[in-house]
Amino acid sequence: MDTQSLTYLFVGLSFALYIGIAIWSRAQSTNDFYIAGKGVNPVANGMATAADWMSAASFISMAGLIAFLGKDGSVYLMGWTGGYVLLALLLAPYLRKFGQYTVPDFIGTRYYSNAARLVAVICLIFVSFTYVAGQMRGVGIVFSRFLEVDINLGVVIGMCIVFFYAVLGGMKGITYTQVAQYCVLIFAYLVPAIFISILVTGNPVPQLGFGDTLVDSSTYLLDKLDQVTTDLGFNAYTENSKSKIDIFCITAALMFGTAGLPHVIVRFFTVPKVSDARKSAGYALIFIAILYSTAPAVSAFARINFIDSVQNVEYQSSPEWFQNWEDIGLIAWKDKNEDGLIQYSAGDALEGTKPKFVEGEGNYGERLVSNAANQANNNEVYIDKDIMVLANPEIAQLPGWVIALVAAGALAAALSTAAGLLLVISASVSHDLLKKTFMPKITDKQELLYARCSAAVAILVAGLFGIYPPGFVAQVVAFAFGLAASTIFPALFLGIFYKRLNMQGAIAGMLSGLIFTSSYIIYFKFINIEFNYAQHWFLGISPEGIGFIGMMINIVIALAVSSFYSKPPEHVYEMVDNIRRP
Amino acid sequence: MHKDYWRANLKILIILLSIWFLVSFGFGIIFSDSLDQYQIGGFKLGFWFAQQGSIYLFVVLIFIYVHLMNKLDKKYKDHNDEEDKY
Repeated sequence: MDTQSLTYLFVGLSFALYIGIAIWSRAQSTNDFYIAGKGVNPVANGMATAADWMSAASFISMAGLIAFLGKDGSVYLMGWTGGYVLLALLLAPYLRKFGQYTVPDFIGTRYYSNAARLVAVICLIFVSFTYVAGQMRGVGIVFSRFLEVDINLGVVIGMCIVFFYAVLGGMKGITYTQVAQYCVLIFAYLVPAIFISILVTGNPVPQLGFGDTLVDSSTYLLDKLDQVTTDLGFNAYTENSKSKIDIFCITAALMFGTAGLPHVIVRFFTVPKVSDARKSAGYALIFIAILYSTAPAVSAFARINFIDSVQNVEYQSSPEWFQNWEDIGLIAWKDKNEDGLIQYSAGDALEGTKPKFVEGEGNYGERLVSNAANQANNNEVYIDKDIMVLANPEIAQLPGWVIALVAAGALAAALSTAAGLLLVISASVSHDLLKKTFMPKITDKQELLYARCSAAVAILVAGLFGIYPPGFVAQVVAFAFGLAASTIFPALFLGIFYKRLNMQGAIAGMLSGLIFTSSYIIYFKFINIEFNYAQHWFLGISPEGIGFIGMMINIVIALAVSSFYSKPPEHVYEMVDNIRRP
Repeated sequence: MHKDYWRANLKILIILLSIWFLVSFGFGIIFSDSLDQYQIGGFKLGFWFAQQGSIYLFVVLIFIYVHLMNKLDKKYKDHNDEEDKY
């Protein structure tokens, strides 16, 4: 069977599995729909959390990003795992003890205010939609590259699948589908990583192979990479190029942001006991660490394989994957010195960075771009970092079934995260906005119906994002984490650990975090894009890391404002005492 | 009684979070360059902490926390039961 039929087979089988699970685990009540009836085993919940968390960005983009960032890429590795320590120690057990349905529920009750609840709902919806948009782009890329389906049709198929199991199954359906999706995605990530590790270093464990010597040589892989990257004019692979303070703040913003992401927190509401919430965070991090410790190894292998297989190769005899990805516009080649060979080195190959393809072919059959060549360097290759994981098995010439597996894994990662996010959005609409704020009289059955309707609407909006991708998806990811870190995390953390914090303090804190962080990001990412480099940044902190400063501001303002107003009422003290009890 | 439980809980949190800070922000970022002069296998030590070691230690930290808290819960639960008897 050829690669494409295998891909259809693997993707089809995995979809059939997800639908089967959805039918088997339908939700009967709002309790089932929002938190799976609090009956999820902690290990299963750990797996579901891992699938929920590891999105198209983790599966598809992260290793590629690190391949080009080198040591600077550690911000993602530490940021997106270290947040689980915060979550396990500071939030999950207490929020589980509180025992309600949603994150705004906690904020609304703890700060005895529907205004606080509303601020939380707004932040939550913004963070979640930002994230969903990224997933849908992932689904689109996989479908168009591997199944040669039109991107739009791919997104529609993805929507139908998610619609089916999220609307029907709610949290219960999603949980068990996510367990299956975790298995698919981790298998799909590890198999090519192990193959490539053996090919490059002879060591079957990627985490070790990464620090091993190259096959038939006594040079360490990382030393070779340092040498190759510096020779081509890049920063040495194992050294930082960003400033320490920026790396510190980005890592912190990602960690605190991770701990404040509502779709992750809500997973800990689904286990039976408080001690299970703690255990479950531990299992979740093990399952996540399996992928996250493999990713930097994949990055290193990919970087070296990529350079080896295209550097000074004639375009006409370049590998098939090079031209395949060029066909869908994620690779471009501009023959600056007109020698017909591909030369790759540091710097943007094209003016304006992203290629604008035009009709027609160049001298060697390459796709023409209307961009002028950037004469400041000799680099001739534009490559979208997102393709590294997907292209890696092809670059390493692995068999067709491995490539098919990667496609199914990437879809599992994207769909599982999308479903988790859509559920959080629908719960915050039907539960926090309707039931708790505007329509308190509706019955459980009606609320369930509204929850299903809002999930359906959320899926449609997410699908529109996939079909008409807003050009700013990459830019707004900083937003999602920055806002979670500067609004949701401090409100939850202080709510548990500082009893004296009152409604006024919490709202002032959340609003100042929100306004500071979003204006900084909007200023540098949308208004004055040309100023977006270190010289103009506040203390040299990039928009990606500013959420950490936003969090500090939130905490300071919350404590200051709180001291001017009276103590929270007695029942809030009792509630906090209660969640602190074993 | 609950005050003691909470104080013991906070102590555990402070110790574990200090280690959390040290292995990631400390070894992986602030002191990373100085650690890079040591090698383990093909890894420079600071680079290893930044891309591998910190992740493994995060997992270990959570399980230590789970273990310590279960012990603490049990201690105070037994205590409460005794109180109920009298």
